[in-house]
Amino acid sequence: MTAAFNPGVDTLHALPEVFLCTMAIIVLILSFAVPDRRGWMEGLSVAAVVGTGALLLWQLGEPVSAFSGMYLVDNFALFFKAVFLISTLFVILMSINYLQLERVPVGEFYAVLLFSTLGMMFIASGGNLLSLYVGLETMSISIYVLAGFLKRDRKSNEAALKYLLMGAFTSGVILYGIALLYGLTGTLDIKQTAATLVQMNLSNPALLLAMVMLTAGFGFKIAAVPFHMYVPDVYEGAMTTVTAFLAVGSEAAGVAALLRVFLGAIPQIQGDWAVLFWILSVLTMTVGNVLAMAQRNMKRMLAYSSIAHIGYVLIGFVVGTEQGISAMLLYVLIYEFMTAGAFAMVIYLRTETVKGDLIEDFAGLARVRPVAAAAMVIFLMSLTGIPPTAGFVGKFYLFGAAINSGYIWLAVVAAVNTAISLFYYMRVAMVMYMLESPGPVSVSSSRPLYAALIFAVLGTLIMGIYPGPFLDLAQASLMGLMK
Amino acid sequence: MNVLNFPLLSLITFLPLLAALLLLFIRREREGLIRGVSLLFTVLTFIVSLWLPVLFDFGSGEMQLVEKASWIEAMGVSYYMGVDGISLWLVCLSTLLSALSVLCSWDSITDRVKEYYIFLLLLETGMIGVFLALDFFLFYVFWEIVLVPMYFLIGIWGHPARRLYAAIKFFLYTLFGSVVMLLGILAVYFYAGNQTGRYTFDILELMKISYPWSPSLVSFQNLVWLSFFLSFAIKVPMFPFHTWLPDAHTEAPTAGSVILAGILLKMGGYGFVRFNLGMFPEATWYFVPFMVTLSIVAIIYGAMVCLVQQDMKRLIAFSSVSHMGFVTLGMFALNMQGVQGSVLQMVNHGLSTGALFLIVGLIYDRRHTRMIADFGGLSTVMPIFATLFAIIMFSSIGLPGLNGFVGEFLILVGAFHVDWRWAAFAVTGIVLGAAYMLWLYQRTMFGIVTHRENSDLLDLNFREAMTLIPIVILCFWIGLYPAPFLRAIEPSVKKVVTHLDKARKVVEGGPSPTLSAVPKR
Repeated sequence: MTAAFNPGVDTLHALPEVFLCTMAIIVLILSFAVPDRRGWMEGLSVAAVVGTGALLLWQLGEPVSAFSGMYLVDNFALFFKAVFLISTLFVILMSINYLQLERVPVGEFYAVLLFSTLGMMFIASGGNLLSLYVGLETMSISIYVLAGFLKRDRKSNEAALKYLLMGAFTSGVILYGIALLYGLTGTLDIKQTAATLVQMNLSNPALLLAMVMLTAGFGFKIAAVPFHMYVPDVYEGAMTTVTAFLAVGSEAAGVAALLRVFLGAIPQIQGDWAVLFWILSVLTMTVGNVLAMAQRNMKRMLAYSSIAHIGYVLIGFVVGTEQGISAMLLYVLIYEFMTAGAFAMVIYLRTETVKGDLIEDFAGLARVRPVAAAAMVIFLMSLTGIPPTAGFVGKFYLFGAAINSGYIWLAVVAAVNTAISLFYYMRVAMVMYMLESPGPVSVSSSRPLYAALIFAVLGTLIMGIYPGPFLDLAQASLMGLMK
Repeated sequence: MNVLNFPLLSLITFLPLLAALLLLFIRREREGLIRGVSLLFTVLTFIVSLWLPVLFDFGSGEMQLVEKASWIEAMGVSYYMGVDGISLWLVCLSTLLSALSVLCSWDSITDRVKEYYIFLLLLETGMIGVFLALDFFLFYVFWEIVLVPMYFLIGIWGHPARRLYAAIKFFLYTLFGSVVMLLGILAVYFYAGNQTGRYTFDILELMKISYPWSPSLVSFQNLVWLSFFLSFAIKVPMFPFHTWLPDAHTEAPTAGSVILAGILLKMGGYGFVRFNLGMFPEATWYFVPFMVTLSIVAIIYGAMVCLVQQDMKRLIAFSSVSHMGFVTLGMFALNMQGVQGSVLQMVNHGLSTGALFLIVGLIYDRRHTRMIADFGGLSTVMPIFATLFAIIMFSSIGLPGLNGFVGEFLILVGAFHVDWRWAAFAVTGIVLGAAYMLWLYQRTMFGIVTHRENSDLLDLNFREAMTLIPIVILCFWIGLYPAPFLRAIEPSVKKVVTHLDKARKVVEGGPSPTLSAVPKR
């Protein structure tokens, strides 16, 4: 079953990760070796991301399994790695000016960010429960550090500590689930776990317990209700770029891990976890949307909104068909662009004097900066799911998958939630267009940030108006994941 | 079918969008140029849309001038446009009212002119697209696009006191209906796809399928019918779903009210004819008693509420509830006269109520109040205005010789054929309608000038008169010689009604007790 271990060839298969890791180390070393060369760090980080992306393109083709099946290169892995790299690129572009405003050490930030991305990439390629777990930890520990980067800010400290404690606890729960699976099957390889379970035709309560443990653990990573308690505080306290990274990168990684483990290792009890996730999905989108309505802080609102979107994504998981899973992948990709755009707008309002993370801070923006306000309207429309934006296509495809598989009520709940979400998203539009700012509106003038905004707007519109290729992409990415 | 092989429908739909894009490149200080470009393009769109009736084959009930291109092949979505007798006049109405809306905003909108006209033009593209789209995906895209600019028009340029509330209420209500309809669309799509093996959003293809129906509320066809119903009933709006309308119509700027009343409400009526009647005939028969009850309640309730209004704009807003009740009543008579009358009445109502909102806008611009009590004796001060108002008012009441009469008459004939009591109730609405309109006119126009501020009001200037005169001409035209309008509508309506008649046999074969309430035609 497992291929022989061949260090040279296998390392070649993992070249993107090797490259990214090397670049991250170089950035880290340079950050204290040449402290004054600020532009270098950003340039090197962007080069690291772009270079890794190019190496991924080179990997396209037949699926490969390396390091005795611990590391997989299939379309699914490549898709998610691309998603992670895009989100990292967004975060770097947003951070370039922002970090100077917050006065944080630049080099270390980018190095840790790249290490975190590296962890995510190992999750996407994880063919073995343990290698996947190591990826998850690499990502999480880097993010604990990132969340507390504002050393003198009490909220940032609180965010980091909360995230660390909850995260450490969750890691334990996930490990416990993995241990139970290992105890039942005697293997950590994901494919073999599934095969063994089929062979044994097991109906052991321990299997269900393992499933519940894994659900709780991954539920925490993707911030599904009721494992979401940490999200608003962490999102609010962390630097805005880190929040964006949490929202787009870390959640996508959680989804990747969830899909790898549940569809790879325990598809046999899909009926059981479909019920569990049905409840989680309904809870997550409803709680997320209802609580988002009450927020006055933009970052908190986006935190609850991201919870709600995970609820939508889980619809595809409940459905569990090829259509449902590809709808999930498409939604993750779309979600990344619109959410990154919304966070970029929060950073856009951050200047020397203004913190800019309250919803009121957007007041009068349409008068002073009509283009930026229009961009924000596009993101908000997409987050609500109004055509012709990408968010609509994503929801359309998800709802379609649910209806086609007979999950009518799930689709109805999601539809009602869409209407609820309109209320708080449009309130931001209302504040921008229909209220006047009490003082002068000042905004950031960072070119990289503009680039991130343009990139996000283009993504949101192109995927909304011409989604065909992206649909095909999501469908093709299932290869290697499902039978 | 398109002999010229020229994408006329796309041109009409996207000319306003092109204009909106052009406006992006004009500096915001050049307000005159912005107005000029908007007017030029909306008038141009109107003129181009007049080619539709010229090229239209009046004898055919099929879709004409169709354009089709593949769009999202993986899902069976195509860019598919076409026009038939049901949509033809609604498209022309949209282009006309859009041009008049630009004209009526000329002096009254002075703040953020650029954004205003961009939103107005985007709105026009959305409205026209809704009537022309023959692909469900495309239809839904246009359907939703309409909401966004309208939200901003109400929220930014509306009446300051309650515009924020009115704007979000409008948006929430209609979006809620829309997403429920989206589920219905998806259900139809997958049902048809699983049956035929070919997944498509092509509306005409989906109409050919017969969807499973049984005389139970939870049968597939009834549920899907209800999901469409919810969206359209909110849009029309039908009786218990109308509460967004008085707020939105009253708080919107004049052009917003004109377009809301003139066209957005018609999108609901159009949806009923095209989808509920055309696609789910059995369910339509099943729900006739329900729909007729709601329609009659709307007719009478709407009219009675009008009698107690003190705000002119609110009065006209509620009159729409009553008038649209007629439209849905005629529609659900499910016979030639009724459906034909209600399609024509949608155009009539668009003209007359659009004009009434223009009229309120004209005096609001002068006096900055809409309260009936603040006026009186205006006919001596503003004779031209009084004359035009009188004609429009009579059109709205349904005086013979004007357009409202033709539509209401057909609807009443259609209703009478089914059950005389329906017609009797509806006639009460007409009487009440005459009462509140005449009383409104009397209080504001006749008598001596009761407020000194009103004694030196200026009569209409040329631009203002031009916003009303095209409508007045059409009111007379449809009133005196409706034949060309009806001739275009007839074949398409016939197709729908024939389809419905076939379904009736299926329905009557069933053991449903509710159907005994539907008498023979």
